[in-house]
Amino acid sequence: MDIVKDLLNGSRLALSRTITAIENEYDEAVDIMKELYPHTGHAFVLGITGPPGAGKSTMTDKLARAYRNMGKTVGIIAVDPTSPFSGGAILGDRIRMNSLTLDEGVFIRSMGTRGSLGGLSHKTADAVKALDAFGKDVIFVETVGVGQSEVDIVKAADTTMVVLIPGMGDDIQAIKAGILEIGDVFAINKADHDGADKLQMELNMMLDLDGEMKEWRPPIQKVIASQGEGINELVAQLDKHYSYIKENGVLEQRRHERTRTELMELLNASIGRYITNSIVKTGRLDNYLEDIKSRANDPYTIVRSLLDELLVK
Amino acid sequence: MMEKRIRVLVAKPGLDGHDRGAKVVARALRDAGFEVIYTGLRQTPEQIAEAALQEDVNVVAMSILSGAHPHLFPKVVELVRANGMNDTLIVGGGVIPEGDIPALKEAGIAEVFTPGTPTGNIVEFIKANVK
Amino acid sequence: MSTEKEKIQAELDAYNASVEKAVAKFPERPNLPEQRLYTPLDIKDTDYADEVSFPGVYPYTRGVQPTMYRGRFWTMRMYAGFSTAEESNKRYRYLIESGASGLSCAFDLPTQIGYDSDDAISEGEVGKVGVAIDSLADMEVLFDKIDLGKVSTSMTINAPASVLLAMYIAVAEKQGVAADQLKGTIQNDILKEYAARGTYIFPPRPSMRLITNIFEYCSQNVPKWNTISISGYHIREAGSTAAQEIAFTISDGIAYVEAAIKAGLDVDAFAGRLSFFWNAHNNLLEEVAKFRASRRIWAKVMKERFNSKKEKSMKLRFHTQTAGSMLTAQQPNNNIVRVALQTAAAVMGGTQSLHTNSRDEALALPTEESVMVALRTQQIVAYESGLADVIDPLAGSYYVESMTNKIEAEAWDYIKKIDEIGGAVSAIEKGYIQKEIQDSAYKWQMDVESGAKVIVGVNKFQVEEKPVEGLLRVDASVGEKQKAKLAEMKAGRDNDAVKAALAALENACKDENENLMPHILGAVRTYATLGEICGVMRKVFGEYEAHTNL
Ligand SMILES: Nc1nc2c(ncn2[C@@H]2O[C@H](COP(=O)(O)OP(=O)(O)O)[C@@H](O)[C@H]2O)c(=O)[nH]1
Ligand SMILES: [Mg+2]
Repeated sequence: MDIVKDLLNGSRLALSRTITAIENEYDEAVDIMKELYPHTGHAFVLGITGPPGAGKSTMTDKLARAYRNMGKTVGIIAVDPTSPFSGGAILGDRIRMNSLTLDEGVFIRSMGTRGSLGGLSHKTADAVKALDAFGKDVIFVETVGVGQSEVDIVKAADTTMVVLIPGMGDDIQAIKAGILEIGDVFAINKADHDGADKLQMELNMMLDLDGEMKEWRPPIQKVIASQGEGINELVAQLDKHYSYIKENGVLEQRRHERTRTELMELLNASIGRYITNSIVKTGRLDNYLEDIKSRANDPYTIVRSLLDELLVK
Repeated sequence: MMEKRIRVLVAKPGLDGHDRGAKVVARALRDAGFEVIYTGLRQTPEQIAEAALQEDVNVVAMSILSGAHPHLFPKVVELVRANGMNDTLIVGGGVIPEGDIPALKEAGIAEVFTPGTPTGNIVEFIKANVK
Repeated sequence: MSTEKEKIQAELDAYNASVEKAVAKFPERPNLPEQRLYTPLDIKDTDYADEVSFPGVYPYTRGVQPTMYRGRFWTMRMYAGFSTAEESNKRYRYLIESGASGLSCAFDLPTQIGYDSDDAISEGEVGKVGVAIDSLADMEVLFDKIDLGKVSTSMTINAPASVLLAMYIAVAEKQGVAADQLKGTIQNDILKEYAARGTYIFPPRPSMRLITNIFEYCSQNVPKWNTISISGYHIREAGSTAAQEIAFTISDGIAYVEAAIKAGLDVDAFAGRLSFFWNAHNNLLEEVAKFRASRRIWAKVMKERFNSKKEKSMKLRFHTQTAGSMLTAQQPNNNIVRVALQTAAAVMGGTQSLHTNSRDEALALPTEESVMVALRTQQIVAYESGLADVIDPLAGSYYVESMTNKIEAEAWDYIKKIDEIGGAVSAIEKGYIQKEIQDSAYKWQMDVESGAKVIVGVNKFQVEEKPVEGLLRVDASVGEKQKAKLAEMKAGRDNDAVKAALAALENACKDENENLMPHILGAVRTYATLGEICGVMRKVFGEYEAHTNL
């Protein structure tokens, strides 16, 4: 297949088209991924999440530049929400990264959540794989941290960074539940605003309570992303975490876990699609629905018999 | 083939800062169900072509109010095509005298939208011509 | 008194009842004022002495001068400046001969954002929207044979305003005109560049420093110069409402005053040189109310918030330009009518100076003929219409007074909200002001597209049209010519002197306590270019990155 060869030979267009195929669930995406798979597994994948406006994109921009200065190549997947009303989206993360556009060592791709929240995590995971196979050393995945879907996306990462900002006040209790356990590194951005120290103190307290039994105590780094302050320190913390997970088998364990999840998701999705397709195409679905409505049959019996018929062969 | 969305790069080449039109169009395209990548002011043709490539957009929509369109629009077309994006629809808008339009079309700008064009027309044009 | 009001209320109720049925038969027109009729009841709480008062008397609702146009007319200031300094100079001299009393210079985009004509980024932009100025040499040509001691010059320049002002001072020196004789205005309003117009260079903090440096320098050396024109014009052009235009702009004004006070200046030492720049939009009565409300708000801000003691500091003087965004490319002659109505609004609103747009500006730069019609429009309003015959002629109109109150109240709400966010700079950094403007712009566009807002010739009363002929085109070779001139100039100057002056400027930039104006003037005199001077400042100050939130 040409597109794979081109991608592996460094064609940015082939990479870009591959991500489109993944996003749009084109049939050829599966074949492409199949061939790319052996070339993956080299990149350091960094998930960045946090509330809207926290400065995730600004920080991604500055971090990417820092990694570029160390001679590393960078891939960025920036996810923004799709409007539930129109299905459209304004993907505005790039605007904070304009200075990276013409750097050949950087590839930025914006994605909308497109309503298919379940499917999004595997799409972003595949897009990350495409960047990985392309040869990117460091891959950032930026998502708005507000719900389960984002947490799922972040599971594709080796290291997860949570970005918080001062002035969120009592909200911290609310976020606590969702983010405390996924953050490997915390960045308190907009430290030029009041309240950064207070937030750091509160966060420290929570992490201490939470982290008694854990080996890795997530560090907290204050940053002023818009001015590039604290970025080098942040990179050091991220590197430290990466070394830690590499040396202690955590990375291997995480990747194992991730592979398992991906395999199971892929399996479930494929089986589901296979069965759905076969009953939709044959028109049997309508008959089943009629039967269920008239109470001639029930969903449980139908599913059981379908599994027997279509899978147990 | 399940979730295809039309992707549009809305870009402001050149140095003018009047992005009222570009922003209004960006929102209208979003409301029409497109995915809009907005890159902000002062984008060079090189930046626009590269963003179009990385985002694999179906459409590049540009707006210029300074009069620099005869120079900048064709340059973008040239660079986008040089990247191998032969199907990408490239359209332009802004303060563009009627007399300049034939040359721009000749250079590969699919359509030119002058002031007063309803955003609905832009949406329709893209839907009808996107590949 | 109250029986009088009761009587009016009763009659109003009767009137409303009587027309209810008749009115119901007509289709509802959208976007109309709440009431169909305004009465004394709508201004019953307005205290004439406190809120309206007399021209030249606090809070200046009726105008800043006691005599207004019974003394002299507003300054009829016409936009000019395109392609090269030679061409612009010709146009200026033509305008002065035609009776224009002030010049207004527009610069091309590379000049506005501090790049020379030979910079790669300038490609295709040189001389397009105004004149290209690379160094003092171009400025000398621009004002050749124009006596800077007599003319008043307004320069639409913001981020590099300090450099262009320095060049103007240097040209005057060569003409033998002392700096304290110079009259004119620099726009110098960086905050609205971030919020609406987009021609910024440096981040807010060093930009605010440059502005306060100019305030200080001019108060000592160029006392007749208007050091800033705090501009709502572009905010309105970007799509804001009338109330947003004055609210966001006055918030910007508050930020400048605060910055200057923080830098150690006495409020009354510089506030009298602050001026404003408003848009004259389509809705004539709303615009008149807006101009009146803006004066009242600024007077209160200066007196109550900044404890200003001088009347001059409390007076909001303003320049007006008719709304460029309301010109239509369709049936361009209709624009003459629009501009005439906008002119009427500006005059009845008490403007100090006015630029009228030309009918073909939605298509291209104006031709000499259409500029003439635009200037004649002002002269007809001044001499024939009677609108300038009495001061503030719409005062006392139930509708206009109540709308003045309404716009004032709306504006105060915004100003308070911006204060809560931490002032105009923070509100811009957070994208708040930009977002409010964009929402209004989007609503306007959707109203036009749904027909809720009618624009004649655009969404109603359209005709088939032939392309307009005879538009002014900028000579495509301007860029090359300008580059050649620049190269020649650079070859002829004393490059050691340039280097030394730029090094001195760089050091001054690094010292927050140093006023940069003398150093910029020093560099300008050596024929250091605009790009070189701004390059030094870019190096020290960095560049602003936009905060777009859609
Ligand atoms: N004051 C301040 N503003 C910042 C900082 N970092 C980012 N911002 C601004 O915060 C806004 C949102 O930033 P963005 O990166 O788009 O946030 P995201 O939504 O989390 O991706 C932008 O206007 C940034 O310029 C910072 O450290 N300090
Ligand atoms: Mg973002």
